[in-house]
Amino acid sequence: MSVLLDHLPELWQGLVVTLQLTAASFLGAAVLGVVVTALRVSPVRVLRAIGTAYVETFQNLPLLVLLVLAFFGLPEIGVKAEPLTTAIVVISVYEAAYVGEALRSGVNSVSKGQGEAARAIGLTFTQSLRHVILPQALRTVVQPLGNIAIALIMNTALAGAVSIVELTTAAKNVNLVEAQPIPIFVGAGIAYALLAALVGLVTGRLERRLVILR
Amino acid sequence: MSTVLFDEPGPKARRRIRVATVLGTLAVVALAVLAVRQFAANGQLDADRWQPYATWPMWRYLLTGLGSTALAAVVSAALSMAFGLVLALGRLSHRRWVRGPAACYVEVVRVIPALLLVYVVLFALPRYGLDLPLFWKLAVPLTLSNAAAFAEIFRAGILSVERGQTEAGLAIGLTRWRTMRLIVLPQAARRVLPSIVSQSVGLLKDTSLGYVVSYGELLFSSKVLANYNGLLIQTYIVVAAVYLVVNMSLSKLARTLEARQRAGRTLSGRSSARA
Repeated sequence: MSVLLDHLPELWQGLVVTLQLTAASFLGAAVLGVVVTALRVSPVRVLRAIGTAYVETFQNLPLLVLLVLAFFGLPEIGVKAEPLTTAIVVISVYEAAYVGEALRSGVNSVSKGQGEAARAIGLTFTQSLRHVILPQALRTVVQPLGNIAIALIMNTALAGAVSIVELTTAAKNVNLVEAQPIPIFVGAGIAYALLAALVGLVTGRLERRLVILR
Repeated sequence: MSTVLFDEPGPKARRRIRVATVLGTLAVVALAVLAVRQFAANGQLDADRWQPYATWPMWRYLLTGLGSTALAAVVSAALSMAFGLVLALGRLSHRRWVRGPAACYVEVVRVIPALLLVYVVLFALPRYGLDLPLFWKLAVPLTLSNAAAFAEIFRAGILSVERGQTEAGLAIGLTRWRTMRLIVLPQAARRVLPSIVSQSVGLLKDTSLGYVVSYGELLFSSKVLANYNGLLIQTYIVVAAVYLVVNMSLSKLARTLEARQRAGRTLSGRSSARA
């Protein structure tokens, strides 16, 4: 136990980096994911194809391959950025495919009659999307988005494999000095569990607030 | 849904769609041109930097890596499915001392990064005298983390079988276990097949953690290769393409299975309605 207290600054720093990666990447993934969904439901065939290609590509590539490509490959063609920024961009781009897929299935889960009714009373495409479809779609999407957020927290650990010292790597480094794996790794595991529990709590709250009783 | 929300396009809308098509195509082309210029400006487009990837020894090396990836994926998938099935049955057991630990395992492993499990196997176990062979240093953490995911898939599948099936089994005098084995599981297995295939894609992606373990799967092999020939971006792009082809085929298989199942269900629904 005292190992954790002795190395609290390093571990805390690691946790802060994990939090930064999580928050920034989730925001980026949410924005990009909305764009991808918009592309995938648009009436223009080329745009739909672009959206589908995006989701297909990034759901089928391992995140670690993307990270390695961005950290060691892209500098070769003169694309270079801060390591933390690079990791955030890569994780955002990767998770946006999953967010896009979740949002799209949310839109599809709204029953067809709702869309037809909205059109029948004379709402335009944008109006029916904004006032009828999206408010209902968002409710069904809260839980999947929460799961994506938890998966994203787990995935930030992979940034550790390409030189970013986040919580998992900080724990590994402390263990290399102290050689007391059990308290150190269990401590890190508990920190991750708490983060995930927090996400679960927030999504539970959100879902209850958004629910409509008919 | 997307077809309901707009009418058959009139002349104005058709013009707008044409403009968007042109703009979208232009954006993709511009991106490609930018990438090619960036490659060319840094001399990464020279023929001798790509030539090696058209030779057989190179592909033999990469395919050996892919073989190790497949081996790790298949072994971990088989083990984690078996373990996942045990966990799923445990979670559905009516004995609390079985249900509790199984649920606990699934919930805990879901919120621990696979990389942390890898580090536990790499650094914690050897200290307590358990130094696994290299292959198992990758396969064990993958099995542990994916078993939880498979357990949830199996549990959902078992719960999706109508309750009447279990009741009928018990009514004709089968024991609980035989009802599960002979009646519920065969039906559940068919329903979860697409989810199992897509979870296997996830597992195959996770084998890239061999990069950390130094097990010679595809990504680690490519790291060794890139350090040797200095063609970093070329190697990683080729390897990404290999992953893409393999995983896309698997994802396609999952979608086909799902579509076939949906078709089968409506068909049997119709025939039973006729009867």
